Amino acid sequence: MKNNTLLKVLKTLGFILIFIAVWQLLYFVMVEKAAVWKPYVFPSPLGVLNSYEKLVNNGTLFAGIGQTLRRIGIGYGISILIGLFLGMLLARFKALSELMKPLVLGIQTLPSICWVPFAILWYGLAESATIFIVVIGSTFSICIAVETGIRSINPLYIRAAKTMGAKGPALYTKVILPASVPSLVGALKQGWSFAWRALMTGEMMMSSKGIGLMLSQAREIGGINEVTAVMLVIVLISIFVDKLIFGFIEKHALKWT
Amino acid sequence: MNITVESLYKTFQNPDKEVLKDINLEIAEGEFVCLLGPSGCGKSTLLNIIAGLDTPTSGSVKFGGEPVTGPGPDRVMIFQESALFPWLSVVDNVKFGLKIAKIPDKEAEERAMMYLQKVNLASCRDYKVSQLSGGMKQRVAIARALALNSKALLMDEPFAALDKQTKNLLRDELERLWLSEKRTVVYVTHSVEEALFFGDRVVMMSADPGVIKSIFKIDFPRPRQIDTPAFVKLRHDILADLRVEVERYEK
Repeated sequence: MKNNTLLKVLKTLGFILIFIAVWQLLYFVMVEKAAVWKPYVFPSPLGVLNSYEKLVNNGTLFAGIGQTLRRIGIGYGISILIGLFLGMLLARFKALSELMKPLVLGIQTLPSICWVPFAILWYGLAESATIFIVVIGSTFSICIAVETGIRSINPLYIRAAKTMGAKGPALYTKVILPASVPSLVGALKQGWSFAWRALMTGEMMMSSKGIGLMLSQAREIGGINEVTAVMLVIVLISIFVDKLIFGFIEKHALKWT
Repeated sequence: MNITVESLYKTFQNPDKEVLKDINLEIAEGEFVCLLGPSGCGKSTLLNIIAGLDTPTSGSVKFGGEPVTGPGPDRVMIFQESALFPWLSVVDNVKFGLKIAKIPDKEAEERAMMYLQKVNLASCRDYKVSQLSGGMKQRVAIARALALNSKALLMDEPFAALDKQTKNLLRDELERLWLSEKRTVVYVTHSVEEALFFGDRVVMMSADPGVIKSIFKIDFPRPRQIDTPAFVKLRHDILADLRVEVERYEK
């Protein structure tokens, strides 16, 4: 078990090293020797490293990450609250679900970026506009996944519980909710990825501070190396949340599956 | 408590199908009644209606003289799949109904452990459901139902998904439990042998529409031996009867 984990980590590290080596080689051959590609369109590993040094030294990197995490915390938090509540409501009342479903699906299919003009008209170029984009981008995906999850639990559990006397709120809290925990976790995970994408859109379009804005600014003044550096940060945060946070939740909340 | 089924009809819609037609059945307190018949004869539907999980199109079911209006812990059902809750441990599964009934934890624990002992699973108290074999799951499901002290047990082919050895083992165990507890049992099965092993009476149903074809009173002494000449003869007779039904339905 332990050895396997170690082996996996080593493999991943090895792959990353090989990737960087190939990247450096490609840069060396294509940009420095053959000069087929210009240095301002193709990043180099060293250049990216230098960008990190600059971004850390002038303090923007960690301030940006902090600001972004704060926004995602607020936006995603609101989405979870509304999404869970609305999803459970729709799962409980079929008529309401039939009425609301087209609206919910419609909002869900609209790409986050299409909400930007609307958000600006409502809130101006303010913090709340970005958070609005996050909330509108992920709430309904959570809502739909929660409803589907609750509806798809094994009906045998409900029948068994009913013959043992469970009904009303007890049926809900003791059977329906625990039975749908796996799909609730799935819903939150899906909601997270929508929230994260929406936040990047929002920050690039209309924010002050934050990683998204750093990415826009990197294009304007920093150059290709800095753009790559910021993109890597975005990827790393996604992987961190996915593997570590959701990995932890899945391991502990889904012990019985 | 006795169960009375009176001129009960059940019709499914889309497409219209008469599943049960004019079912009349009186089940005495403490009686073990087996519902036997080919698939599609409505025996499970009848059981679900007695449980209150399904409603009849017309007619009535009375339980201890009171009309059945919905499911309740006085008529616990045991299903073909165990229907244990995988998020609860073995003992918490057995305590589930007791907690719903707001029985204090100490008493619930005692009752749960008593019945886990009766099905020889006391040592699996803290197991996860996923760690149990099929036979163990059904034994926990039986303990869970018995712990509720319900007046009637409704069993829907509870051993159908088990292998032969496990099935025989659980069959003996259930008979032993029933002899010591004497609950009313309605037991749905498509196995003639099982019906003859358990039933005080065997209610044979035929399909399309589902009606009661004949009722056999079985008075072999208990615990029953399935290899006595009388048992084997009756099994053959009923099997022949059932085969006619199955053939008729399959055509």
